[in-house]
Amino acid sequence: MAQHQVNYASSAGLPIALTSVDKLVNWGRSNSLWPLTYGLACCAIEMMASGASRYDFDRMGTIFRASPRQADVMILAGTLSKKHAEFARRLYDQMSEPKWVISMGSCANTGGMFNTYATVQGVDRIVPVDIYLPGCAPRPETLQYAMMMLQKKIRRESADMKKNVKQRIV
Amino acid sequence: MRKYTPKDNVQKKSYYTDRFWVAPRVPTLEVEAGSHFESVVDTISNAVTIKEAGVQIGQLRIVINATDNFKALQILRDECGYAMCSELSAVDYLAQDGEFEVFYQMLNLNEAKRVRIVCRIKEGEAVESIVPLFKSANFAEREMFDMFGIKANNHPFMKRILMPDDWEGHPLLKTYPLQGDEFASWYEVDKIFGKEYRDVVGPENRDPASVERYDSQRFSRVGYEVPFGAELEEGKEEESPIEYSKTFMVDYTTGTTTLKKRK
Repeated sequence: MAQHQVNYASSAGLPIALTSVDKLVNWGRSNSLWPLTYGLACCAIEMMASGASRYDFDRMGTIFRASPRQADVMILAGTLSKKHAEFARRLYDQMSEPKWVISMGSCANTGGMFNTYATVQGVDRIVPVDIYLPGCAPRPETLQYAMMMLQKKIRRESADMKKNVKQRIV
Repeated sequence: MRKYTPKDNVQKKSYYTDRFWVAPRVPTLEVEAGSHFESVVDTISNAVTIKEAGVQIGQLRIVINATDNFKALQILRDECGYAMCSELSAVDYLAQDGEFEVFYQMLNLNEAKRVRIVCRIKEGEAVESIVPLFKSANFAEREMFDMFGIKANNHPFMKRILMPDDWEGHPLLKTYPLQGDEFASWYEVDKIFGKEYRDVVGPENRDPASVERYDSQRFSRVGYEVPFGAELEEGKEEESPIEYSKTFMVDYTTGTTTLKKRK
């Protein structure tokens, strides 16, 4: 049986650690970010590389889920066409709260080089975005960094998601 | 190495673009007597009136009446061995001639020869579908309808193929703006949120390089991240509450962090 060492000199001699609910909840949320397996264009190749063994998202607690019901991060990886915008929004609506959005690459951020009639000029027109990730396409390291930035953002948030101000898109 | 051309006297001569430059046309040659193409022209002309026939870059180009397209392609397939329709589409010559040019690109696999059947139709007219002859024409004719609004009669499933079903306009027309019309620019907002949300979302930003310096609702500057929606004024920005890694944006030649130097 495991022997637990308790330092009776600290924490008033009790085997407890004090924290706030916010910190505890956000510790859990930020260390198990499950993104939706949802690739739109060439950025999805980099997203797949980030998930595979070389860059290994799993070690950060980031596991791609095949269902929006189980996911809490949506990585919009690539060009979002106007025909598909409706379905991207539907997938976002199907995700359970709390949920976050990473806009990956130039096309998702601003429409990028597709300055045309058929491309959504920035996915923040249809979903509220937390992290804008530049690059065309961003390297897996960049996506990892974005994930870490999102973790930091979540740790600063309130555990009550209603108190967190989001982009004003319903 | 590329030949050097002096580029110093910019004002004197516009050397980058010549506004009056006309793209050279491909020369149209006569159909050689006794060639394979001559036999093709003869076979078709027995049943269909040929308005014009010539060879361009080793390919036969035959201009026919639009009403004869099914018949001409049937003869090409059954009697001349052109068993494959590799492409069909249209070209918008409405501004120039008031007409569309519909073309069918045919391939003979045994002879390794290509024939292009070309016909002209007015706006609002339709062509006969060639799906009974070539299965590959199914999607191509749907695309032609989607992009130009040219319908194919007796097509099994005449519906848009690339654009959404409720789309307005035909994007490959020369009159269609590249960045979309009013309908296109609000399409996703109207569809998802409804027209009343146009004010909330706002018009499209068509300049991907534009940076709203004091916009705290979208992008933020690295090192100066502020809470969402914070009021920003020039010279009153605070440094970021986000902690960066020690190695982030370090200039290794001088040993300084770029982040600290930024003002």
